[in-house]
Amino acid sequence: MIDFFTAHAPVLAIVVFIFGALLAPVLGRINNSLSYYCALITTALSFMLSVYLLVSVYNNGPLEYFLGGWKPPYGIEYRVDILNSFILSVVSFVSFLSIIYGYGSIKAEIYDKRRPAFYSVYLLFIGGMMGILITNDIFNMYVFLEITSLAGYALIAMGRTRYSYMASFNYLILGSIGATFFLIGIGYLYMQTGTLNLTDLAQRLQGHFDTNVVLVAIAFIIVGLMLKMAVFPLHFWLPDAYTYSPSVISAAMAGTSTKVAAYLLIRLMYTIFGIQADFSGINFSGIIIGISSITILAGSIIAISQTDLKRMLAFSSIGQIGYILIGTAMVNKYAFAGGLLHILNHAMMKTALFMVAGGFFYKLTSTKISDLKGMGRQMPFTSTMFLILSLSMVGIPLTVGFISKWYIILGAAQSGNWIVVPVILLSSLLTAIYFGRVVNTLFFKESEASNTETLPVKIPYSMIGSTAVLVFLCIFFGIFAYLPAEISLKAAENIIGAMPWK
Amino acid sequence: MKDDVILRTITKFMLPFIQIFAFYTLAHGEISPGGGFQAGVIFSSSFILIALVFGKNNARSKMPKSVNDILLSTGDFIYAFTGLFCIFTGGLFLEYGELPFHSAKEGNHIGMIIIELGVAITVAAVMMTIFFEIAGKEDD
Amino acid sequence: MIEFIADKYNFWIAIVLMMIGFYAIIAKHNLVKKVIGLNIFQTSVFLFYISISKINGGTAPIIWHPEGHAEVVYDNPLPHVLILTAIVVSVSVTAVALGIIVKLYKNYGSIEDDEIKMRELKEPELDSK
Repeated sequence: MIDFFTAHAPVLAIVVFIFGALLAPVLGRINNSLSYYCALITTALSFMLSVYLLVSVYNNGPLEYFLGGWKPPYGIEYRVDILNSFILSVVSFVSFLSIIYGYGSIKAEIYDKRRPAFYSVYLLFIGGMMGILITNDIFNMYVFLEITSLAGYALIAMGRTRYSYMASFNYLILGSIGATFFLIGIGYLYMQTGTLNLTDLAQRLQGHFDTNVVLVAIAFIIVGLMLKMAVFPLHFWLPDAYTYSPSVISAAMAGTSTKVAAYLLIRLMYTIFGIQADFSGINFSGIIIGISSITILAGSIIAISQTDLKRMLAFSSIGQIGYILIGTAMVNKYAFAGGLLHILNHAMMKTALFMVAGGFFYKLTSTKISDLKGMGRQMPFTSTMFLILSLSMVGIPLTVGFISKWYIILGAAQSGNWIVVPVILLSSLLTAIYFGRVVNTLFFKESEASNTETLPVKIPYSMIGSTAVLVFLCIFFGIFAYLPAEISLKAAENIIGAMPWK
Repeated sequence: MKDDVILRTITKFMLPFIQIFAFYTLAHGEISPGGGFQAGVIFSSSFILIALVFGKNNARSKMPKSVNDILLSTGDFIYAFTGLFCIFTGGLFLEYGELPFHSAKEGNHIGMIIIELGVAITVAAVMMTIFFEIAGKEDD
Repeated sequence: MIEFIADKYNFWIAIVLMMIGFYAIIAKHNLVKKVIGLNIFQTSVFLFYISISKINGGTAPIIWHPEGHAEVVYDNPLPHVLILTAIVVSVSVTAVALGIIVKLYKNYGSIEDDEIKMRELKEPELDSK
């Protein structure tokens, strides 16, 4: 039996999501709470499979799985290496904790009869992301990207206010444009080489980097993925989408969906296009570093002027995606490891921050910063967790945010991109400003008298428990950073050292 | 449109042919344009035709909501279960050649038809759900 | 110059349709018109894909063995398969968009972009129906 799981683990990590998404509505007809347990078991199984894959690939090397028995380039191939399995573990862990968090939060926010459909669409959302991470076939990446996006549109529209429909519609239009640009890029690459498998594509593109077709393909793919990642000029769907969605979905989406699009960009840039070599005179690495720097600064500056807590966290997410791109665009082992570590760190920190915001919403039914005055006294545990997470986002030593920023600055200094260092330090200062404002409101202002009447509502233990696990991991991986750092450095060596594929 | 005699008569006459055409498209997917998705859409269009001509409640009574919801999951289950069954009989996921039929060629043939059947069932149920949700005041 | 336009006419048609669809998404205020524009945009990409699968002198990619001819040249069937999947995705996106528009109409009483924004500014953040 164990043999069965180990031999077919790459496929099973996705097939459990298909079974879960189909079982949840059927079970929901029998009894409404059975669909919750179905979602819980599915995400737990998938988390165990992802950790198994990570351990196996770390010890033995990349795993390959041919769907249907057809060898590539004729068939679809699933390939797991350290970069993949690391992000797989992060995504499944965040989704598992979000379901535990949802035990209390979903009952309060989502209408009774919609809950089986909610769990089903949530499982498709996470399953689509796992599919993007595992597959090695470029059209399969487009299909799973669209599955994830469609599920995301439906999940955001289940928010409490009526503006969530408009937020979801805006995300739908912009997300579909981005995915269609990605499709055009795939079409041009297919025209030039005749194959869709990433390994084969990397070998066949070797002499062709000067042709117009490949350059236009790269341009379309980069713009399409930047729309999905919400990099600075194309970020307009993100603040509304994160603010007006249910608390569980804000937490799960903030930790996962933009990071998976960033993974796609990293995978395509390094293994097919070979970002190390500037071909045809265009310095792609420099362009991405420039755009990411503007993103970091713009996200942090706009976040200072927000009055709603979730909107401020959404702009902060836009800034943080810039860190991941800057880290991985500098072709340097330490910077790449820093960017990869930031995927893990930001997923933990931002998910926990949105969970805390959901806790505030549960008690006060409002997320405006001015309504949080004096909550440090009435909700001491939640406010302390917010304080620790703010310190981690700024990058204080002994927390996990410090480790990734340290590696990125080290890599920037080593590779000669000195412009990155003041950008990161300035944005840390700006982060301290906007988080410090909220901490000031929580702890150092007097609560108005009208707040005390609504307070007998207690936050359920499931919500506090899942947030506490993430905060504990932030501090734990900040002090004992050996394990994630080892994995990230080994992933960086495998990706950068080989050209084009290893 | 309920009062128009010509529409009602022609619809009552055409409906079985539309459904048989859907099955024909499903079965001939390998030697002519067709396959699972197209067959599902044609099959659901027969129910949408009933809804357009005879009224939405009439069509909903022919395909009640519970049957619709269960059919949604059933088709995709057939697909995923066939893939898993191929793992149990020794191949990789969706390797139809390992199904327990006489030869690998026959296994491929029948495996593909089963999968297209699953896709057609799900697509038909989804198209009907979309139409009935957008068309009327279903309860949430 | 004439060859530049006449030889590559499939590229030109795809670009013209793409820009028409893109203009409709950006410039129209009615939400249904935006969805129609998105459909035109995606359809132009599908047309472009299928146009690159045609081979000179090729016939439909279904195996047949005629007596008189020695060998048969078939068209490339792979882009057709890819576009089938992409059409399904496009239909699903349109269905979700139309469902959201129905709910928006129920809540705001209008499906114009700017009117919804104005009504939201007047009475912010009511619960959804």
